Amino acid sequence: MSETPENPGPEETPENLPAERGAERMSEHVKRTGMFGAQSSGDTSGYGGLQVRHAAPVSSPRPYGGYFDEVADELERTIPDFGDAVERIVVDRGEITFHVRRERLLDVVRRLRDEPGLRFELCTGVSGVHYPSDAGRELHAVYHFVSLTHNRRVRVEVSAPDADPTVPSIVSIYPTNDWHERETWDFFGIVFTGHPALTRIEMPDDWHGHPQRKDYPLGGIPVEYRGATVPPPDQRRSYA
Amino acid sequence: MTTPPINEEATEGKVFNVVGQDWDEVVAAAAAGGEERLVVNMGPQHPSTHGVLRLVLTLDGETVTEARVGIGYLHTGIEKNMEFRTWTQGTTFCTRMDYLMPIFNETAYCLAVEKLLGVTDRIPERANVIRVMMMELNRIASHLVATATFGLELGATTVMLNGFNARERILDVFEMVTGLRMNMAYVRPGGVAQDLPPGTVDKIRELLKEMPDQFTRLRKLMDEHPVFTARTKDVAYLDLTGCMALGITGPMIKAAGLPWDLRKTQPYCGYENYEFDVPVTDTCDVYGRYRVRMAECEESLKIIEQCLDRLTPGPVMIEDKKIGWPAQLALGPDGMGNSPDHIAHIMGTSMEALIHHFKLVTEGFRVPAGQAYAPVESAKGELGCHAVSDGGTRPYRVHFRDPSFTHLQAVAAMCEGGQVADVIAAVASIDPVLGGVDR
Repeated sequence: MSETPENPGPEETPENLPAERGAERMSEHVKRTGMFGAQSSGDTSGYGGLQVRHAAPVSSPRPYGGYFDEVADELERTIPDFGDAVERIVVDRGEITFHVRRERLLDVVRRLRDEPGLRFELCTGVSGVHYPSDAGRELHAVYHFVSLTHNRRVRVEVSAPDADPTVPSIVSIYPTNDWHERETWDFFGIVFTGHPALTRIEMPDDWHGHPQRKDYPLGGIPVEYRGATVPPPDQRRSYA
Repeated sequence: MTTPPINEEATEGKVFNVVGQDWDEVVAAAAAGGEERLVVNMGPQHPSTHGVLRLVLTLDGETVTEARVGIGYLHTGIEKNMEFRTWTQGTTFCTRMDYLMPIFNETAYCLAVEKLLGVTDRIPERANVIRVMMMELNRIASHLVATATFGLELGATTVMLNGFNARERILDVFEMVTGLRMNMAYVRPGGVAQDLPPGTVDKIRELLKEMPDQFTRLRKLMDEHPVFTARTKDVAYLDLTGCMALGITGPMIKAAGLPWDLRKTQPYCGYENYEFDVPVTDTCDVYGRYRVRMAECEESLKIIEQCLDRLTPGPVMIEDKKIGWPAQLALGPDGMGNSPDHIAHIMGTSMEALIHHFKLVTEGFRVPAGQAYAPVESAKGELGCHAVSDGGTRPYRVHFRDPSFTHLQAVAAMCEGGQVADVIAAVASIDPVLGGVDR
């Protein structure tokens, strides 16, 4: 055999080799480094150099199972440019998530409520999630819908960058989201455009900042003992 | 006025500070002003607002023309705090949200965590039965407080005393089982904190015998009472369309005629195995909501009885040693504390058990990245927990969809155009708990 490492046979050229496991993650940002969360002590185990990267965003393949296919089909039928409005569909842990482009949120949500085959009459509010490392999609607004007619649940997720933290308000379609959107604005700073009165709801009116964002400074607690302070929770010793 | 008006530049018109025992002065001064429209701040420190709820009522005579709700006085950052504790410690925080239904808060949270872990099907049967039993006991306790404070706010002290007295019997059971009357952190990811102590079943059977009389006593005071019915019938009307638009669930939607109950429609914790009815009325008013709550209490008794029959010996925490809490509790002479047997085991005989205990208690278990939403039919409506994990030992984000928070939005729809006195009945019929509203 004349195949040497310098002269690989045709079946071992890069395009013919099987994909390295997890290679698709290499372009994702690093989530965690090291193994044990020890930063200050001398970790000589060699695990300190480990880099754990975020999983690449994936779409679930069809069929989704259960009623998820019917919901997706119905939505695809009623929205002409479905692929443009819905970026990804993820089925995980028995729940379906539609990742919707924020520009198209109102359209999608209105159809979710009004189409006879969908009929998601009830919205159980919006919740914010802040992913500071997810560049360009830092702020997520997550909606959960219930259909009483068909006894189904779906989740709709939209994202907005920190630089332009706006998401259209769905209060005109689901009035129950009035306070939920105010709460998400209060805690995450997501501006729900078109909301009738987007003011703070839990924090005092003159509060600065949005406390549930990950970059919100937590502050320590001065203790009356020889000038000691209890450090903020994110700077305390932790095991993970 | 004895107290000078404050913040005058922030208001229009004359400002009165009511400090008590000065009603004549206030009325005289208001009459002298000749102003028809009166803006009244009810709360946040007011006995009939169920806690620190602030209602800003614009009155035209006795008629409410505008009702606005101010909340946030009890915000304690529970959701944010949970991000800096392990998944197990989370129950200790979320149990304190709606302090009248701690078991529901814990169960919603634990169901979400278990969904994230993918262990929903591996929760032991006995743990599920105990969860259902505790939830139903808690439902009765919550409804009893709702009815008791409702009576008090309408001026019936006897109702309050009877209601709280009946609830005390349930809190006794809670204390026996968990060691605490409220905020027990009893339901944990993977099961419940500990098994029922000896004698619990007998105590609950005794309670089941006693409760129907307690309900009858309350019903005798209220069901047909002319003053009570006059204050509640056709008051704070909200029909099904209004309920849907405002996201209302629980006793309020059942009083609007829709038997939507997650225990029946989307069962969890094995509710599909129990026989019970979902009470409904179609009056859409305060009286209907009261009747639904009382009927739900009676149905809960049926479920508790079935739970006692279904209780078979077995583990109450998931068998998976990587998730199940290692520490054991035991009742000592000075109350509930660490089990001496477990301490002897980890300190005396097994170093691996000690390491395991230490790792799981200090660091906690890791939860695979992803998100889950777990709803439960709480005493007040759909209580949902949206939990997000980044794969770590702590929640990345936990959000609770609290029914009281959502339902308070209906105050304007139910009160505007009605009388001032009806505002009290309307708010009481929502049964908001501000600990849950503000979290």
